[in-house]
Amino acid sequence: MIVKPNTQSPPDPPGPVAWLIKNLFSNWFNSLLTLISLSIIYFAAASVLSWVFTTADWRPVVGAPLLYLIGQYPRDQMWRPGLSLWLIMFLIGMSWGVWEKYVKAFAIFLAILLGIFAIVPLETATITLGVRAAFLINPVLIYLGYLIGKNKIVNGQHVITLWIFVSSLIVLVLLPGFEGIPFLPKVETTVWGGLLVTLLLAVGGIVLSFPIGVLLALGRRSSLPVVKIFSILFIEVIRGVPLITILFMFSIILALFLPAESRIDRVLRALIGMTVFSAAYMAENVRGGLQSIPPGQIEAARAIGLNNFQTMVLIVLPQALRAVIPSIVGQFISLFKDTTLVVIVGINDLLGIGKSILGSDPEFVRLQAEMYIFIALIFWVFSYFMSQASLKLEKTLGVGVR
Amino acid sequence: MSQDNESIIVARDVHKWYGKFHALKGINMDVKKREVVVIFGPSGSGKSTFIRTINRLEVHQRGQIVVDGIELSHDVRNIEQVRMETGMVFQQFNLFPHLTVMQNIVLAPVWVRKWPQEKAEEIANELLERVGIPEQAEKFPGQLSGGQQQRVAIARALAMQPKIMLFDEPTSALDPEMIKEVLDVMVDLAKSGMTMLVVTHEMGFARAVADRMFFFDQGQIVESGAPEEIFQDPKEERTKLFLSQILSQ
Repeated sequence: MIVKPNTQSPPDPPGPVAWLIKNLFSNWFNSLLTLISLSIIYFAAASVLSWVFTTADWRPVVGAPLLYLIGQYPRDQMWRPGLSLWLIMFLIGMSWGVWEKYVKAFAIFLAILLGIFAIVPLETATITLGVRAAFLINPVLIYLGYLIGKNKIVNGQHVITLWIFVSSLIVLVLLPGFEGIPFLPKVETTVWGGLLVTLLLAVGGIVLSFPIGVLLALGRRSSLPVVKIFSILFIEVIRGVPLITILFMFSIILALFLPAESRIDRVLRALIGMTVFSAAYMAENVRGGLQSIPPGQIEAARAIGLNNFQTMVLIVLPQALRAVIPSIVGQFISLFKDTTLVVIVGINDLLGIGKSILGSDPEFVRLQAEMYIFIALIFWVFSYFMSQASLKLEKTLGVGVR
Repeated sequence: MSQDNESIIVARDVHKWYGKFHALKGINMDVKKREVVVIFGPSGSGKSTFIRTINRLEVHQRGQIVVDGIELSHDVRNIEQVRMETGMVFQQFNLFPHLTVMQNIVLAPVWVRKWPQEKAEEIANELLERVGIPEQAEKFPGQLSGGQQQRVAIARALAMQPKIMLFDEPTSALDPEMIKEVLDVMVDLAKSGMTMLVVTHEMGFARAVADRMFFFDQGQIVESGAPEEIFQDPKEERTKLFLSQILSQ
């Protein structure tokens, strides 16, 4: 037998003081660097904190919470976005129960945030006790959904089906309503706004652009010349044009060519523009993944008798998409942030609401920093949870990859 | 069409070009049911190309290939039929890395033969037993050694219950100590009466189980015959030279 040599490195001396000496004050130069860094951090933190708590004026930010959430959606129809929020929170709860690893942090964060929002003392007339009570139900629904998902009453397939069904119901029926129905009157999208529109554009854009992007990527590699040329043209034209131009195209120029009665809804036009733009980039991301699949995989799939479609869906795409998760999520995050550009075609998304609040009171004009920091924080939170979920997804799917 | 009912593979004057390069120059071969045929030759001699034309991973441009009474043409249904009847094992294993061993094996039976999952898994377990790795079913290919991966690949091909097995240099990418475990499985398979076409340089395997051997060089069959004839009394200079090179290793 071979005697196993002792390959372990000697343990670090224990204790925080020892750690400090080893890592921060090991010699005079490191000590100097440590002191300089500490003073820079101190002054930066002190000035930021003192600005946040004393100098800054947060009135425009805390003054109209409902505006940020739903824009000018009629206040007498508040139950509709409220019910939508309940449904979505319930689904997020279920998702947390079913896919604990990916959704947990986000669900808990939302539950706490909505709970705080319900009880925090904001001096505004729009937040009545009833509204507060309604908001307080959200964390309860999240937890309820969690229990249902956790105890395997529903599985992943159910939850995905529910997501598709419920979100279509919300976006197509509950929020827009219909002409002539008394309890569900039509609410034009011109008055939709705030986080509602931002999330609608982002989620809609992501959900729609993903399959279109995959199809375009496959089309670009197709052996049928018509499909191939169409895909290449689509991708290259869209990629060669800035998003702003595309939004203008769909919002203004397209409307000039279409007959007046076939006007497509304004928010829908913006959504189509975002989707088209994102799909072209998605296609190139997916194409990168497709190219990373060794030809032996396709040969093996053919050899065991799979047809072209089965080879693509069962063998090639799962591996190709997995290989490009980081760039796909990056694409989603940048799409989410790009939704702010719809301001220029007159849609009041979160940023648009912020700007209009700044313009609503002469006193607020000098408070731009507060407003934009607040909005940036909201965007950061969503983007952060997206990238965290993607990291975990990569890790899980990494099993079994050579 | 062949008049010989016993022949399960018939190749007549098969030609293949890659651009200007003439890779196969008129290959004729008849393989009978339950026969084990070994194809060997220097690299670039067209042996892999030929075996890949039999399940149409490569398309031949002239001549005729008939597998189990089905002629290979551009007709997709014929191609799919032939691929259901032939299993193939590759030099690089080509297991699907995103699927477990079990999923790799049951994929084609479930999706192509439309068997119920339970039946496919039952057969997969029998096959894993047969290739000697029943305990690895839930692992991913990346967690197995090369020899184990190649045995899974054999099980995957056998799961479709093919009439013919094609082996394209199945041991060339393996470390020496793993070659034997794969060859043992192949010897068992040959003894069970499977029709096999094997491209290999493992002359020990050829001597043990081959019924006939074909020596390929420069896109042509230079010499063929029973293993005893080829090893003891090769007629062509090129065969002699090549055998002396690989046997001296």
